Amino acid sequence: MRGKHAMRSTVRKTPAGSAKARLMFAFKKDTDTRKAYLAGREYYSEEGTTFELRLVQKIKQQQSADPTSRPGYPSSLGVREFIRRATEVALGKSSRAVVEDRVLGVQTPGFTAAVRLGAELLRHWYAVRTVWCGPVYLSSPCDDSLAGIFQAAGIQDIREYYYWDYKRRGICLEKLLEDLTKAPEQSVVVLSASAHYPTGAALSQNQWAQIANVIMRRRLFPFFLLPPQALCYGDLEQGVWPVRYCASQGMELLCAQSFSHCFGLYGEAVGHLLCVLKQKSLLFPMESQADRIVRLLWAQPSAGGACVVATVLGNPAHLVEWKEEVKRIVERCMLIREILRERLRLLGTPGCWDHLTQQGGLYCFTGLNGEQVDFLSKKRHVYLLPDGCLNVSAINSRNLDNIVESIHLALTTSD
Amino acid sequence: MSVFGDVPLAPPVAVFKLSADFREDGHPQKVNLGVGAYRTDDCQPWVLPVVKKVERLIVEDAGLNHEYLPILGLPEFRSASSKVALGDGSAAIKDGRVGGVQALGGTGALRIGAEFLRRWYNGVNNTATPVYVSAPTWENHNSVFADAGFKDIRPYHYWDAAKRGLDLAGLLDDLEKAPEHSVFVLHACAHNPTGTDPTREEWKQISEIMKRRSLFVFFDSAYQGFASGDLDKDAWAIRYFVSEGFELFIAQSFSKNFGLYNERVGYLTVVARDSENLSRTLSQMEKIVRTTWSNPPSQGARIVSKTLNCPELFAEWKSNVKTMADRVLLMRDQLKAKLQALGTPGTWDHITQQIGMFSFTGLNPKQVEYMIAEKHVYLMASGRINMCGLTTSNIDYIAQSIHDAVTKKSHFFRVENKLNRSLGRCLINMVGVFSPDVLCCCATLLPQKEKTSFTDH
Repeated sequence: MRGKHAMRSTVRKTPAGSAKARLMFAFKKDTDTRKAYLAGREYYSEEGTTFELRLVQKIKQQQSADPTSRPGYPSSLGVREFIRRATEVALGKSSRAVVEDRVLGVQTPGFTAAVRLGAELLRHWYAVRTVWCGPVYLSSPCDDSLAGIFQAAGIQDIREYYYWDYKRRGICLEKLLEDLTKAPEQSVVVLSASAHYPTGAALSQNQWAQIANVIMRRRLFPFFLLPPQALCYGDLEQGVWPVRYCASQGMELLCAQSFSHCFGLYGEAVGHLLCVLKQKSLLFPMESQADRIVRLLWAQPSAGGACVVATVLGNPAHLVEWKEEVKRIVERCMLIREILRERLRLLGTPGCWDHLTQQGGLYCFTGLNGEQVDFLSKKRHVYLLPDGCLNVSAINSRNLDNIVESIHLALTTSD
Repeated sequence: MSVFGDVPLAPPVAVFKLSADFREDGHPQKVNLGVGAYRTDDCQPWVLPVVKKVERLIVEDAGLNHEYLPILGLPEFRSASSKVALGDGSAAIKDGRVGGVQALGGTGALRIGAEFLRRWYNGVNNTATPVYVSAPTWENHNSVFADAGFKDIRPYHYWDAAKRGLDLAGLLDDLEKAPEHSVFVLHACAHNPTGTDPTREEWKQISEIMKRRSLFVFFDSAYQGFASGDLDKDAWAIRYFVSEGFELFIAQSFSKNFGLYNERVGYLTVVARDSENLSRTLSQMEKIVRTTWSNPPSQGARIVSKTLNCPELFAEWKSNVKTMADRVLLMRDQLKAKLQALGTPGTWDHITQQIGMFSFTGLNPKQVEYMIAEKHVYLMASGRINMCGLTTSNIDYIAQSIHDAVTKKSHFFRVENKLNRSLGRCLINMVGVFSPDVLCCCATLLPQKEKTSFTDH
């Protein structure tokens, strides 16, 4: 066939978009006035909208009025000041790794990009002599795009480790440790530092120490995911404890960070990848290889959002103001969780709902199954992700009653 | 024992190394003619007035949605980008068979396009499908396609060093000989690095062969508006191919024509056979984007989209773009005039015949070396200069430096016999692919007899 039909039979029919897209489509078509969409990724205010932190808005205005001209292409690795602050916020200023200058930091256009860069670095340069190509262990369950990212980077061997116990509605540490112990040496293990997506679960410091132990003993490599730092406990340090702990134990690790949620900068795609190395001499080669990979993916990250974040994190007064705003977000989420739990208890909804308040952050694994989730969207116009995960912030005083009643009905209606 | 203990240092990127060397140079008259970014006559980056205006509008917009952008990008940006490339009255757009993906700059657009083609073009798994890039070309083309999984990346004849123009015969020959369904990366206008574009007649010839031989058209369009100062003129080749019924990709960059280098605004326009084809293609591209950056950054896209979608702002933007293009044209005229006035050996018409940001001066590696080491004028080993680096204050110095380089350093490739001629051509063709150091080595290996003037080849 001629050029006209170059793509005639090449593109297979794909199902109409992902599950998420289908859900959003159904929600948009839904004409019921009580409809509620609880499957979004962003933080929603009480008014039901995403918003920019007041501080962020202020800084953006300042930056746009700044008469000093903008430089040309930024470095492939990103804005220096941002990298410095992002690294400090994860590891702490006095971290030995930071002081000894053996941390690679790269600004990325968002969280996914940070994970992708980490995956590419691993595929090209992890244990180079052994021609490593996996396995990579992901938690069960996990963000459904994670496997795809590693595969896109060329790592096909993706496995799961036990994480969420659906019956107990909590993390099963024993099985988790068992899976890690059985993993082949040099496996990469992807771990959520706090507020796991989609379960919202978190491990205690004691549990983390046990995991770190196994990782060291079995020569595994930890790749931490840190999207909602500070949004879990309202405390920057607490959310990032396992990363700092592993670094302090002298481990090498990767950590993908996002500043979208905690700065309300979703549209700005502000991410960061850090790599803690054992020796300072490795920094330059690793940086040069990261640079090379970046130049073939997106060339340079976008500057705007990173400059805002750097400005906030680098200024003590801004930092205080920012922490205040974040604390309010976190407290609201915690409050919603408590109210939800209490209301379900009062209604006598079957099951134990303690996990709602034991988890933290934006997302919550309700424990509802596929059928029940379906019932919620089709019969009650309340939209959750198919795995029963909901975004706590999307619940507000206007839709709370309907949501509580709906969950109750989903669990008590026998169909 | 580090798990990264055996990681080697990656080779430096020539153009960035050049800038680094330039920064370290303390000479008062130093000039950087390397990096491809616009500079004013004061040698400063230029924030377009329309961009400043629109940025303020955006910051003050209380009703702005702060959510993640959809994976394929900001809808208003997407439609506006396709329109700017294909034209308002585009039949393809009216037929609903044009769409695309917002990307992180032109590089991001190329990468998404390459990843898609490798997976889905002409059957699945195209790792062995040949991808042709011009000789020379932007140094990243080769690597972007290689990293996307293509194993067979070949040069096609483009630059004729002897006549300092397009090697049309070589190009057409390569098109005839390429395996059917090969992918060809074409520069829509203002070819980087040569600044030499095919004429309209020549594009028609290229198109005829590509259609006949089912070759895939992948346009790289980083300079629309910047080349001639006229958006439509610069898009002529793209629009001609679309009107000829090709399915094609266009990787667009708004970095240069909006001066938005650090906001990473790019777009991959997809022109498909029909709307059904288009939607399937986009659905697969969405999956690719999902595992690359997932949601693109909004700031740059908002600026571009607001500008393109508002008639007054659009007019203002066009005039800003013309300002940049005009300054480049002025520098071209003046450089040629000064070289002619100095009596610098050789013909310098190519400086004003070439188009866009770059000029392939024709200086050889030894002369380039001289320019950098003795004159502190930094340019690429290929002889490529960024016209934007010339200003009214430094143009005399630059012209004089070129003059000195040509008159003092005229040892270059001898083309006495066929072997040497083809070696010389081969070397010039390799310029886009190999590092300057390799080329300098090769240059010294060629037999050098007596000095000849710059004009005989």
